[in-house]
Amino acid sequence: MLSFIAKRLLLLFPLLVGITLISFAVIHLAPGEPTDIQTQLNPQASSELQERLRVQYGLDQPLYVQYGRWLGRLVQLDFGDSFASDRRPVLDKIIERLPVTIMLNLLSIFLILAVSIPLGVISAIRRNSGFDRATTIFVFTGFAMPSFWLALLLMDWLGVRLGWLPVSGLKSLGYEYLSWGNQIVDRLSHLVLPVFISAIGGLAGFSRYMRSNMLEVIRQDYILTARAKGLSERTVIYKHALRNALLPVITILGLAVPGLIGGSVIFETIFAIPGMGKLFYDGVMMRDYPLIMGILVMGAVLTLLGNLLADVCYALADPRIRHGHQQRGPS
Amino acid sequence: MKNRYRLLSILCGNARRLVVIFLVIGGCLLLSGCQNDQGVEHPGLDQNATPVYGDTFIEASIGDANTLLPVLASDSASSEINGLIYNGLVRYDKNLQLEGELAESWEISPDNLTITFHLRKNVLWHDGAPFTSADVKFNYELYVDPHTPTAYAESFRQVESVETPDPYTFIAHYSKPYAPALLSWGMSIHPQHLLDGVDVTKSPLARRPVGTGPYKFSEWQSGEKIVLDANPDYFEGRPYIKRVLYRVIPDLSTQFLELQTGGLDFMGLTPLQYDRQTDTPAFRRLFNKYRYLNFGYAYLGYNLRRPMFQDKRVRQALSYAINKQEIIDGVLLGYGAIATGPYKPDTWVYNPHIHRYPYDPKKARSLLAEAGWTDSDGDGILDRNGQKFAFTIVTNQGNDLRAKTGEIIQRRFKEIGIDVKLRVIEWATFLKEFINPGNFDATILAWTGGPEPDQYNVWHSSKTSPGQLNFIGFKNAEVDELLEKGRRVFAQAERKVYYDRFQEILAEEQPYTFLYIPEALPAVSKRFRGVKPAPAGIRYNFIKWYVPKSEQKYTR
Repeated sequence: MLSFIAKRLLLLFPLLVGITLISFAVIHLAPGEPTDIQTQLNPQASSELQERLRVQYGLDQPLYVQYGRWLGRLVQLDFGDSFASDRRPVLDKIIERLPVTIMLNLLSIFLILAVSIPLGVISAIRRNSGFDRATTIFVFTGFAMPSFWLALLLMDWLGVRLGWLPVSGLKSLGYEYLSWGNQIVDRLSHLVLPVFISAIGGLAGFSRYMRSNMLEVIRQDYILTARAKGLSERTVIYKHALRNALLPVITILGLAVPGLIGGSVIFETIFAIPGMGKLFYDGVMMRDYPLIMGILVMGAVLTLLGNLLADVCYALADPRIRHGHQQRGPS
Repeated sequence: MKNRYRLLSILCGNARRLVVIFLVIGGCLLLSGCQNDQGVEHPGLDQNATPVYGDTFIEASIGDANTLLPVLASDSASSEINGLIYNGLVRYDKNLQLEGELAESWEISPDNLTITFHLRKNVLWHDGAPFTSADVKFNYELYVDPHTPTAYAESFRQVESVETPDPYTFIAHYSKPYAPALLSWGMSIHPQHLLDGVDVTKSPLARRPVGTGPYKFSEWQSGEKIVLDANPDYFEGRPYIKRVLYRVIPDLSTQFLELQTGGLDFMGLTPLQYDRQTDTPAFRRLFNKYRYLNFGYAYLGYNLRRPMFQDKRVRQALSYAINKQEIIDGVLLGYGAIATGPYKPDTWVYNPHIHRYPYDPKKARSLLAEAGWTDSDGDGILDRNGQKFAFTIVTNQGNDLRAKTGEIIQRRFKEIGIDVKLRVIEWATFLKEFINPGNFDATILAWTGGPEPDQYNVWHSSKTSPGQLNFIGFKNAEVDELLEKGRRVFAQAERKVYYDRFQEILAEEQPYTFLYIPEALPAVSKRFRGVKPAPAGIRYNFIKWYVPKSEQKYTR
């Protein structure tokens, strides 16, 4: 097991270099440069200025030199300074956006699992019942509805007309002066809509997935065996069937690891939440190469680690995989 | 799942309390709203009311500020905030005339080569250090330093030398007279004592600025908000509004929802919002709406290197074929004015006596026939020597107004027998592949400007190379001469002679079809008094705005 993990970890490095190389090439293929915002269509900017800026940013060098320099810094864990006019270190910019993004994503994953697992299981057990049909309709509506539109409707209804929830942001004005308890209520009330909106798509998909998984498991021989042993239906479903149906959740959670630091531009924009999605989007729009590369590298590392983690957990949780691995013998 | 329900019920419980509070506040505002209405209609009442200190003014911007060092900033959010933190030597007053800000007065030498500024005494930086002419000299050096990545160096490069005979006098010498020079000294002045000998791109002032302006920096939460506090020692008097808060709300619909809940006190509305969505009693109770013409105009520019656009009769015909009022009504819902040239109608430089191009398709057809374009094969499209009159209009993505304008123009051109295609292209590609290399037939774009009439960069024949602003390739010897003269004299009357003639030539030549000037449509919470619309808009006297004690909403 340990040698398996070590080998996989070693393999990560060439993969990572490949990913950065391709990303670096692709973002430089896009037309436009970081200097454009300051110089294009600006009567105060001369062409020498543009040249000077290009030298300052190192854009006058051939692409492979730029990549080499960037990689050299990355090895020392230096992500470089942003090309935006604030010139702040990329790492600072990413770190200040991380807590909010991770919190929202964790809450949303939690909500998705907490709602869609029971929903999927119940609709599988009571297949074609009224409940199953109702959830199917709910799920497909949720799937089909553009989330930004739903968000705006809810903001108008709950925020403006009823005044129950704040429309946007993370904290109210004067948050600092609230009592400890009210601060928590304030925080939570700001989170309700964003978490709900970001979860709704996943909720729909995942409960469908859960339902079909469960249906498949129920048809298996070992469920028949369990029933034949005379176990109660409760034990059969929640102990024998559910456990097996939950196995793929591990993969999903593994894949969700990079998603933890990725945000959605759309709902961050609508709810005015300063998260990673907006940071990345603005970076791309400004052709802020160091920032784009910084976020891509972090995303790539987390994706690869998440995959590895999922594989390892899978092996731990599922004896079939564990034994299958051992049968091939030490390699 | 149970937990989730409990959470919801807690929130709902709290919400009920919130609703009650809302009703109470709403009631107060309703009453005060009526009084305020009278106040606005009878300026006399406003003068009798004594302004008081306090309250917070909240507005939103679609993006976070990049840097609060004006020399490096090129985004609108940064510029707006910097405008409250810093001062320049001069500024525009409410009638768009230059007046002294950090300079008490100035003199221009008879040969127009030297400007002498007499600076205000007793001006302090926010950290308490005194402001002197050494600061101004340092700023000049900062802007022209080749290591400073600034987009504003150009006008300071015209300066030959500067001197500071005493702490309150600053003299700038020019080798050639340069009229926009005076305006260029309106650029923000940075503190020398904090920036001297420091790499400006690494300075902490970008995140914690120190200026001389009416508001002091207080707090910045990236991507969320920037807070400014009134500067009690401001040389023009302490501003009445105690705090200004900029929230970052990237989505305009969200901004509008926040405005309706009272979460924002100010917003520039879209024509649709102004016309249809704010015409409710509830909104009128809480907000005053204003409208005035913006600086800036939209145009259809013809690439004059293309043979089909080289005959001025063709360009005149195209201008006759476009119904500008129809575009304003359709795209701006009527909130705009027809542009006749590069200047705004209510400015001193505007020439009202030039030739205009009202919608007249008959005249358009006859002008085109004169130029040799007729429908000889009867297919509905004009042709000349076997070549069809067809071209492509390009514009940039992300500006819905321009795409819609393009569609309206397309239809009108079709009616007189011109086949037009419309292409909407992502901004960076648009500039790089189409505009900068001059690789387009016609383009819909807009220029924003200010009261300074110098148009050298856009219309002078020396500015036609790739990447420069005269990308349509307009070359006219008389215009060149007028533009050169116009920037060499300071006297307004003399400048007007040159710019009047310049507008006449543009009207005759129609290198652009000037389309429209959009209106600014701000809404301001009725709490705020002392708002006096003027040619400069409404924000010029912001430090005199106030909220009566009984209506103050934020007491901390």
